Amino acid sequence: MPTPPLLALHGVCKRFGVVEVLTDIELEIRAGEVVALLGDNGAGKSTLVKAISGVTPADRGVIRWEGRTVHIKRPHDARDLGIATVYQDLALCGNLDVVGNVYLGREIRRFGFLDEVEMERRTRHLLEGLTRSIPDLRAPVVSLSSGQRQTVAIARSLLGDPRLLLLDEPTAALGFDQTTEVLDLVDQFRDRGLGVLLISHNMGDVKALADRAAVLRLGRNNGFFNVSTASQEQIISSVTGATENVPRRMAHREAGW
Amino acid sequence: MVKGMRNMADDTQPEPAAPTAKTRQPHRGQAVTRAVQGWGAVVRRKVRAGELGSLPVVLVLVTVWIIFQALNENFLSPRNLSNLSVDIVGTGLIAVGIVFVLLLGELDLSVGSISGLAAAVFAVLNVNNGVPEWLALIVAVLAGTAAGTVQGYSFARTRVPAFVVTLAGLLTWNGFMLSILGTSGTINLDENGLVAKLTSYYFTHDGVAYGVAAGAAGVVFLVSHQDRRRRKAVGMPHRSLRGIAARSGALAVIALAAAYVLNRFQGLPLALLLFLVLVAGLDVVLRRTHYGRQVYALGGGVEAARRASLSVTRVRTAVLAVSGTMAAVGGLFLASRITSVSQNSGSGILLLNAIAAAVIGGASLFGGRGSPWNAVLGILIIQSIASGMSITDTPTAVQFIITGGVLFAAVVIDSLSRRSHEAHGRA
Repeated sequence: MPTPPLLALHGVCKRFGVVEVLTDIELEIRAGEVVALLGDNGAGKSTLVKAISGVTPADRGVIRWEGRTVHIKRPHDARDLGIATVYQDLALCGNLDVVGNVYLGREIRRFGFLDEVEMERRTRHLLEGLTRSIPDLRAPVVSLSSGQRQTVAIARSLLGDPRLLLLDEPTAALGFDQTTEVLDLVDQFRDRGLGVLLISHNMGDVKALADRAAVLRLGRNNGFFNVSTASQEQIISSVTGATENVPRRMAHREAGW
Repeated sequence: MVKGMRNMADDTQPEPAAPTAKTRQPHRGQAVTRAVQGWGAVVRRKVRAGELGSLPVVLVLVTVWIIFQALNENFLSPRNLSNLSVDIVGTGLIAVGIVFVLLLGELDLSVGSISGLAAAVFAVLNVNNGVPEWLALIVAVLAGTAAGTVQGYSFARTRVPAFVVTLAGLLTWNGFMLSILGTSGTINLDENGLVAKLTSYYFTHDGVAYGVAAGAAGVVFLVSHQDRRRRKAVGMPHRSLRGIAARSGALAVIALAAAYVLNRFQGLPLALLLFLVLVAGLDVVLRRTHYGRQVYALGGGVEAARRASLSVTRVRTAVLAVSGTMAAVGGLFLASRITSVSQNSGSGILLLNAIAAAVIGGASLFGGRGSPWNAVLGILIIQSIASGMSITDTPTAVQFIITGGVLFAAVVIDSLSRRSHEAHGRA
């Protein structure tokens, strides 16, 4: 392989008490590629995202960033690598305003004090590139609509030019227009050369956006698909477990990578 | 008083929407009506969402003052108001520390004991062992910081709720205080010493009070003006110059009126000046620094803060360290007021008054909302009731019942406003 993938997971395991939530997970994401992560409820998708983002670090396994083995033990580590995450629950502080949330933990300072003017200016700029309806930047996030909150969470993840975006069901709580807006964004990110890991339940979105799909089932890899060649039925039966008797590695090879 | 001003400022914030709306609309008159409607909508939204700020609290304070003035005409006399302004300082400082802890959605029950411990440390070092006053003072304050840090670290690491950790602290520090004081019982402080001067010194020259009042208003004006200039330079919404001038002017009027009243008795009390400077400083720390932003973030959602790579342990430790420090400082002011330290120092209803002050003033029990100025307003109400009761010879029993009623009302308002916040957020 000429260039190593942006992010590669090998044999990642995660255990909560006696429950093995993730077992020997393999995953690769390349720059400029959208990988869909599919699976039924409880398959371990969100846990995998949290393992990559350092919120609940993996117990075992190797994580390679551009071919180099890295250790992601806390959110800070992931951020320093250039991994940004939009969590399913968005993880915003409801009492802080939009600017405060976008810059939380990365505040711009001027003479030791927060530079609200500069942060507000850049937040506005950032949001202008994301959405047509910019919310009141000084309103507490709790007073925004769910679509606006989603936009704020995405804006925050884009701060500091990340290389890899993890989107955990970014469209689940959105209406039609906003879903289209978010999906257009994902397209833009790919064009800009970012790697994107997209969790979604919507096969239509996956078909339209993703280059590849990785399926998790009961905490294990259950197949990798090239979205443009694999049929929707193939992918869905892998998600639901109808193809469980098929050796996993075969599916892997079929996908041609 | 100053807090009231600042909230007026917050309410005028939507104003900047007006100029942008104007430029977009072809018809000027129509645009103005729209801007006014928009402003009205924002105000209505704030009222419905329970974001009235400190207005209800200020109204309660005014009501209390009017009632007691009607019952006894000496209540609003310069002498009584001046004494009131010194009486609020000790408990008020402790309440400011409580506000920090409330911002995390936690409670610190040890502040009373820590205030007593600090006073005892100072008295024993200075009076019994002849340590110079300044050194004893520093050691006493640091003792409070240390006690708070220990509690904060245990709270952050063990994740036992802070009120339990500090309940253990309440007993422990009280035990430390009693063992330091030993059998001596009451220690009298030097009547002319540094600590006694904290509450007995007045700037008798009229100019000092007026100067401080004018200076404060001037600083507020300059800071808002500077902010406006920077925003204007990068083409962002900003307040009108007239609005800034009006706010600073109103602040100046109130501050100068207070200065006038104080000057009619003994002048500006040193204690009040130190109190207001500390509160203003801590307010800036909370609103304008990285540390303060972290405190608010933790109050808004621990998990969200953790995922934003904040160090939860460090912030929690630091917050309880601040409350311990403020408790120690407050304890020294309380000791200064009676120029003695006894086994009763820091006990009784001091702790409850401090917590009640923070909550009555408007800091939320659920975390994430509040400012040091809330503590000032709250302690003003509590101390006004206490002072009014004693001036009208009302029994202590009634005083407790009334203060309890006000506290209950404050908590209910807090809870209701939180609920409407959530409903509002969901809508």
